Amino acid sequence: MAATEQDILQGLGKIINEITGIPASEVTPEKSFVDDLDIDSLSMVEIAVAAQDEFGVEIPDDQLKNLKTVKDVLNFIQG
Amino acid sequence: MSANRVRVVVTGLGATTPVGGDVTSTWTALLAGQSGVETLTTDWIDAVPVKFAGTAAVDPTEVLPRPEARRLDRSEQFALVAAREAWQDAGAPDVAPERLGVVVSSGIGGISTTLSAYDTWKERGWNRLSPFTVPMLMPNGPAAWIGLDLGAQAGVHATVSACASGAEAIGSAMDMIRAGRADVVVAGGTEAAIHGLNMAAFAAARAMSQRNDDPQGASRPWDRDRDGFVLGEGAGIVVLESEEHAKTRGARIYAYCAGVGYSADAHHITQPEPEGRGIIMAMTQALTDAGITGLDVKHVNAHATSTPAGDVGEVQAVAKAIGTHPLVTSTKSMTGHLLGGAGGIESVFTIKALQERIVPRTINLDNIDDGIEVDLVHGENRTLPAGDIAAVNNSFGFGGHNVTVVFTGA
Repeated sequence: MAATEQDILQGLGKIINEITGIPASEVTPEKSFVDDLDIDSLSMVEIAVAAQDEFGVEIPDDQLKNLKTVKDVLNFIQG
Repeated sequence: MSANRVRVVVTGLGATTPVGGDVTSTWTALLAGQSGVETLTTDWIDAVPVKFAGTAAVDPTEVLPRPEARRLDRSEQFALVAAREAWQDAGAPDVAPERLGVVVSSGIGGISTTLSAYDTWKERGWNRLSPFTVPMLMPNGPAAWIGLDLGAQAGVHATVSACASGAEAIGSAMDMIRAGRADVVVAGGTEAAIHGLNMAAFAAARAMSQRNDDPQGASRPWDRDRDGFVLGEGAGIVVLESEEHAKTRGARIYAYCAGVGYSADAHHITQPEPEGRGIIMAMTQALTDAGITGLDVKHVNAHATSTPAGDVGEVQAVAKAIGTHPLVTSTKSMTGHLLGGAGGIESVFTIKALQERIVPRTINLDNIDDGIEVDLVHGENRTLPAGDIAAVNNSFGFGGHNVTVVFTGA
């Protein structure tokens, strides 16, 4: 059974909290990683690596730079 | 002492060690004669002949915020914990970034990161490595993170000389202030090397105690039955400052960091030189640098690691370079040997001894070995006299590096 968007959001919130300390509740779809969550590019790499382990979806570097918001990542993981 | 030279003072202390998570708890444990050595239960323990070590009393991941801790090698975690304590202890000095420096060393660097990253790469591929792998394994990492934390711009350095690294860092920091390159320098040593490969490699060098049935009795410097050193982990950091800068801001001054001596044995890569010429030279130069004589030195925190080869030679050299009168102790009997961290924590202990005028005893020293004339502190702690006195910290490392740092009372 495919994970629901809510499951993925929850999982992503947990990963981002683990890596950056930002509360998972602040990780909502409309948030921009750079402008709203203050996450730098190396942290994004860490998040992508952890997301790959969690959801089994590889995020290549050339795609990663296009993922500006939490919603972008949710869409990418859902395919 | 040469006229007009900048004098360097100690204004802050920080430590996290096998016997305590900060300076106060560590010093209390040392005065109580407590050992921080314990039997290990890690998954690699069956693959090494040594089954014990001095694990840090407080795990740094319990102190640091999780997102910060996961980007740091354990050696960097220890260094940051101790540096923050030292900085706060110094009253968080108001100093211009371009006048603030860092010299913090490790003997081995982020070796646990190197080894676990190797496993990750082999088993799961390059793109599963943390982007922070390189800054976690580089030996200048602890100094760099402290420099970032404090905004130090006058220079951030990591002197590497195996088990002399921490003491060399403090000497180098003093030199930095004397040379006018900085007003305040955060200095010391850190190590996190309790890993199966290190234990196996030191055991292969026939350097470690294998007293597996009595871990707390294993580190026994100068005792007839000593059979090698005990590995410990942690960090010791001091805040050094020009006397003028410290006095202008009304800082509490623990002691003067009065002199340093360096030498190299040029004899053997691991064995001490039997006549002690190198270590005598380091001690003699340190006294000259401090402008004092051996008679002024009332206490020596010895390098003495509990190896058959090193302990007696060191105190014979102390007798020649300083005299037989100082109270000599080895706190490694309680903390184990922190390698590059040793000079850091033992400088902190030397300064505490000067400040409180008490020398913690060497534990496990039941039968003093032959050929020792100096006054070894054992059985009970001993008091130091009032007045202008000096105390010395010795640190020696594989490679034949010798460093002696002299502290004098404030």
